[in-house]
Amino acid sequence: MTPLSFEWQWNIEYVIFFGLLYVALGIIGGGITFVAIKTALQVFGFMRERKFHD
Amino acid sequence: MDSPLIPHGVKRCTPGVFFLWTLPWLALLAWGGLSAFLCLWKGLNQTNMSNVFAFALWIVFDLAVIALGAGAFFTGFLTYIVGRKELKSIINTAVVIGFICYSGAMVMLGIDIGQPVRGWFIMWHANIHSMLVEVSFCITCYLVVLAIEFIPLILENRQIEKVKELRFLGHNLHEIMAVFAATGTFLSFFHQGSLGGMFGVMYARPFAAREGFYIWPWTFFLFVLSAIACGPCFTILCTKLTEFLSRKKLVPDDAIEFLAKLSGRLLAVYLILKTFDYLGWIYGIVPRSGLTFMDFFRDGPYGVWLIVAEMIFCGLLPAIILLTPGGRKSQGALIFASLLNCTGIVLNRFLFIIVTLAVPVMPFDRFWGYLPTWQEWGIGLAVVGYGFLVFSLAYRYLPMFPKEIELNPVPSE
Repeated sequence: MTPLSFEWQWNIEYVIFFGLLYVALGIIGGGITFVAIKTALQVFGFMRERKFHD
Repeated sequence: MDSPLIPHGVKRCTPGVFFLWTLPWLALLAWGGLSAFLCLWKGLNQTNMSNVFAFALWIVFDLAVIALGAGAFFTGFLTYIVGRKELKSIINTAVVIGFICYSGAMVMLGIDIGQPVRGWFIMWHANIHSMLVEVSFCITCYLVVLAIEFIPLILENRQIEKVKELRFLGHNLHEIMAVFAATGTFLSFFHQGSLGGMFGVMYARPFAAREGFYIWPWTFFLFVLSAIACGPCFTILCTKLTEFLSRKKLVPDDAIEFLAKLSGRLLAVYLILKTFDYLGWIYGIVPRSGLTFMDFFRDGPYGVWLIVAEMIFCGLLPAIILLTPGGRKSQGALIFASLLNCTGIVLNRFLFIIVTLAVPVMPFDRFWGYLPTWQEWGIGLAVVGYGFLVFSLAYRYLPMFPKEIELNPVPSE
């Protein structure tokens, strides 16, 4: 459900409940996007691979 | 035959022996597959669930594996956020166990809802006042987090690592793992809690109903605490079973010792709070509902012995063993205590799910019995088979125990 859905109600409960969900999804999506971009830059030689320990 | 896939410097059994080892687990999966097919084709009349037992064996399995899988988020939190370096030798195992538990639970829930193709309704047409909706949100998101945590380990496979792009991807994921671990901790806290909260707000079921703080009944906090008290013990159990079967030492003692000690302390705190919870319930909620404590155990096989077993044999006893340095050092005592701790949490979830629904509420009600059908057992046990299979494959082909080579040097020929 998004704020554009017909079931959405503009009250604090919806904002907190879905706000936290979208924050979690945003962090997961943002993290994956960051890793994908960084990997692409390394693959195409625009960025060096960091030496990795452990 | 599969030696190019096995990590460098470690010894594994022959492919033939490994195939024989997987046969029982494949058989369980086949049984589960047949049961799932029947449930999806003919419907939930293949089960002994009813209007009284809308929650049954599958939910007991679900809640039990979700609690047992809590070792993943808690160990991840301690490793990546708190910075306990000794846990790096066991974090991979905790993640694999967590992934198995949560993915198994999700598949089982897919069958349980009867119409898995409509599973997304709970996300899109959400009832925001339902604890179960919060649970569904958090479990689904957390499974994604667990998959992200599992992927770098898969990408460390000897052959996969040769692919430059995948090696970069694995390393980059590993570098920001703290972000995912923190998100996983947040999601886990809320879904473990809401699973407990869901029972606490059942005001029409005095066996489960509890008072609490603001919108959260005490069961919210007790479920979180019990999960983080037993999750590490389940990780220890799986590690010790792998060590026993492979006849190797796989994790240094300091990591096991730390997890066992922490588990013991958390279990002790949980038992104290749970005792207060029981007292508040027995002398508060139960009399206010017009019942006495013993009214719940008048009929049926579920007696007070279940609570005694939960609190004393599977609570106090393992807590004492885990809190004693001698108990933690002794392999037998540690395994026994971990086993009791895990049994205790399964018993706790069983009490909240099955006994809550079985005991009469109204004076004209009667005790309701429930026995699962073979299809229900099939799907429940398929999760066990799936777990053994995935764990065995991960152990064979992935560097799941980073200290394995150091702890078991291969003699040069």
